[in-house]
Amino acid sequence: MIEIIGIWVAAFLTLCIYSFLYRDNPFYRFAEHLFVGISVGYGIVIAMHQGIIPLAWVPLSEAMSALWTVITGQATPETINALWGLVKIIPIAIGLLFFARLSPRHTWLIRYPIAILIGFGAGIAIPNELQANIFAQTRGTIAPFAAINAGTLSAWDIFGTILIVIGVICTLIYFFFSMEHRGAISWLSKVGIAFLMVGFGAAFGNTVMGRLALMIHRVGFLIKDWLGTIF
Amino acid sequence: MLERFMNMDRRIIFILIALVVIIPTLIPIRLPITVSEPTQKLYDYIDTLPSGSTIMIAFDYGPSSLAEPEPMAKAVMQHCFSKGVKVIGMTLYANTPTLAHKLMRRIAAENKAVYGEDYIFLGYRPGALQVILGMGTNIANVFETDYEKTPITEIPMMQNITNYDQIALLLDLAAGSTTGAWIVYANTRYGLKIAAGVTAVIIAQMYPYLQTGQLIGLMPGYLGAAEYEKLLNVAGGDGTVGLNTASYAHLLIIGLVLLGNIAFFVHRRKEA
Repeated sequence: MIEIIGIWVAAFLTLCIYSFLYRDNPFYRFAEHLFVGISVGYGIVIAMHQGIIPLAWVPLSEAMSALWTVITGQATPETINALWGLVKIIPIAIGLLFFARLSPRHTWLIRYPIAILIGFGAGIAIPNELQANIFAQTRGTIAPFAAINAGTLSAWDIFGTILIVIGVICTLIYFFFSMEHRGAISWLSKVGIAFLMVGFGAAFGNTVMGRLALMIHRVGFLIKDWLGTIF
Repeated sequence: MLERFMNMDRRIIFILIALVVIIPTLIPIRLPITVSEPTQKLYDYIDTLPSGSTIMIAFDYGPSSLAEPEPMAKAVMQHCFSKGVKVIGMTLYANTPTLAHKLMRRIAAENKAVYGEDYIFLGYRPGALQVILGMGTNIANVFETDYEKTPITEIPMMQNITNYDQIALLLDLAAGSTTGAWIVYANTRYGLKIAAGVTAVIIAQMYPYLQTGQLIGLMPGYLGAAEYEKLLNVAGGDGTVGLNTASYAHLLIIGLVLLGNIAFFVHRRKEA
């Protein structure tokens, strides 16, 4: 019974959303606001139960209990081990500094967690991003020429390899603004534009395909699941 | 006639699209499916894994984008369970744990897989980057318990799994930018093999990674799910049905784009 009610609610909300295709209306706005509200509420609950409670609250409360047993002289090897949870006070305290923004006098404290986040983010991202998105991609563009030299690529693959290199060079030239785009540079940048257009076209085609998939899924739900509860 | 076509109410197009989606859903007319190389590579990789190997599936999509990744998840899990490959599920999306957990339970029940022995679901932890990096050192440091609150150390299939070194493959079922993060941080830093099943919207961004070998396989949207179902000999799977319906809608859209362009150029010539 609960499942059938769920299907009817989902079908009603799906139809509310699709009613926008005719024109904007209160049913659409109701479903849209409901979706936003529930998504945020659900996200907060999940973040609490899957993040804050297991990663901060539980280890910290266990560590505090362990500390109490040490103070009262009832410590065991397990409770001593649980004391390591006290270390989490440091990241928790730094995280709490984000709330310093709520007090005008202490707003400046927010600089510390932001500085740590930016420092960590940049430090971890720069070498890995360079490796994954610059070095590996450059190697991937050039490496097939070794296979051409070894004679292991088919004519079609050789064509593809050369086309990729032409595309990369011409597209980079299009974005090279330190030189006036005249003569050969102008022609090469126009070829770059052509590659970009093909890329945008492919991306747009895929976007249409993806949006259609969402519609097909909802139509399948309405026909099979919802109408299935009626007929 | 031309004027009327140029000024056609867009709602007529919506009705046409609706008809083209509804009719094949009610009366399926199957179109042939040819398996592409990226999907074949993923299938071959999983197919050649020894029984008892472990793969990780990241369910990185939300309720609003599950249409394409879910059929892929079903097909890959079915393949894994039939080969005796263990599956660890997790997600970087806060809205997905319930969906993914329910899906894993259902597919496992259909394939008689046992929770804790053949598969587990770790759930969600905030901070995608920290989660990816943390699991590279020790999965239990990030997920001390699974989604059902059982300590990781008490789960039988996790006894010999510490970090990515014991994971044969990470399959990212994604509707956003998470595949890039898995490649940059898990593949580049820890050498974890990555494959992806992504929605059609982001597929164009994934091909460069496939060409360089940073992705060992790739399932593109409904097409990837349908291809994987064909490799498994699954008739009438969600991916196959979806792709079949989508093909008719694509034909209509191509026809409308061509007609629109012809009408535009004829109209412009007449005006000149």
